[in-house]
Amino acid sequence: MKRIEVNLSSLKDTKPHEYVVRFLFGGLATVVAGLIAKKFGPVVGGLFLAFPAIFPASATLIESHEKKRKAKIGSDGRNRGRIAASLDSQGASLGCIGLMAFAFVLWRWLNHHNAWLMIFVASTVWLVIAYGLWAVRANRPRGLYRLAGR
Amino acid sequence: MDTVFIRFLVGGFVVSLFAALGDVLRPKSFAGLFGAAPSIALATIGLTIRQDGRAYAALECRSMMLGAVGFFAYALLVGWVLRRYKPGAFLASLTLLPIWFVVSIGLLLLFERPA
Repeated sequence: MKRIEVNLSSLKDTKPHEYVVRFLFGGLATVVAGLIAKKFGPVVGGLFLAFPAIFPASATLIESHEKKRKAKIGSDGRNRGRIAASLDSQGASLGCIGLMAFAFVLWRWLNHHNAWLMIFVASTVWLVIAYGLWAVRANRPRGLYRLAGR
Repeated sequence: MDTVFIRFLVGGFVVSLFAALGDVLRPKSFAGLFGAAPSIALATIGLTIRQDGRAYAALECRSMMLGAVGFFAYALLVGWVLRRYKPGAFLASLTLLPIWFVVSIGLLLLFERPA
């Protein structure tokens, strides 16, 4: 079983302007989703609740941090950076299945139960499904995972 | 205007929080899950319920499922292109973004087509 680790020192790798960019993208995506819902209604607006707003910024940061880590030990980290970004994308694709389940729970039961309870239940469902799919996939060794070793 | 500003602040905070979680977690494939966390939805759903009601928010969530299918197709494709053709992550993730629009809006048109 692959171990999940928390490495707080990774937070230092992210520069202040990178945090600002994420905040701006996140804030803008949220505002735009609201404005689209106002203008075109909840059916169209709802699509944008699952818009990959900061995905390009995150994938680029992961690649750049991995490259820098490798450069510190004197090797060319370009390939490693792309592998890390690719692994991140694979993880995100599993998270998307959880995202569908999150939306399904709220669509079906938000109207009939306590709203905050349903938001909590939907978030838990997202986490359980995303983690479950990741655990199943991560424990099937494949070339890419072995190569990345992480 | 106040609501827009609140949405901006809450959205920026929640999205940044999930992104920071993705930064500190290892392995990277696990951290990637947080790239598809329901961050925008969590940031807005409370405000939407307060302003427009639960039925409106539930309807948004129905469409969100289609948006998530678009995100799924997009993330799979970005991962595959990065492995297969080895472009930069920025180039791949940005140029493939229209895939999200095509899949999400295509599905919406398919399911919401008037009878």
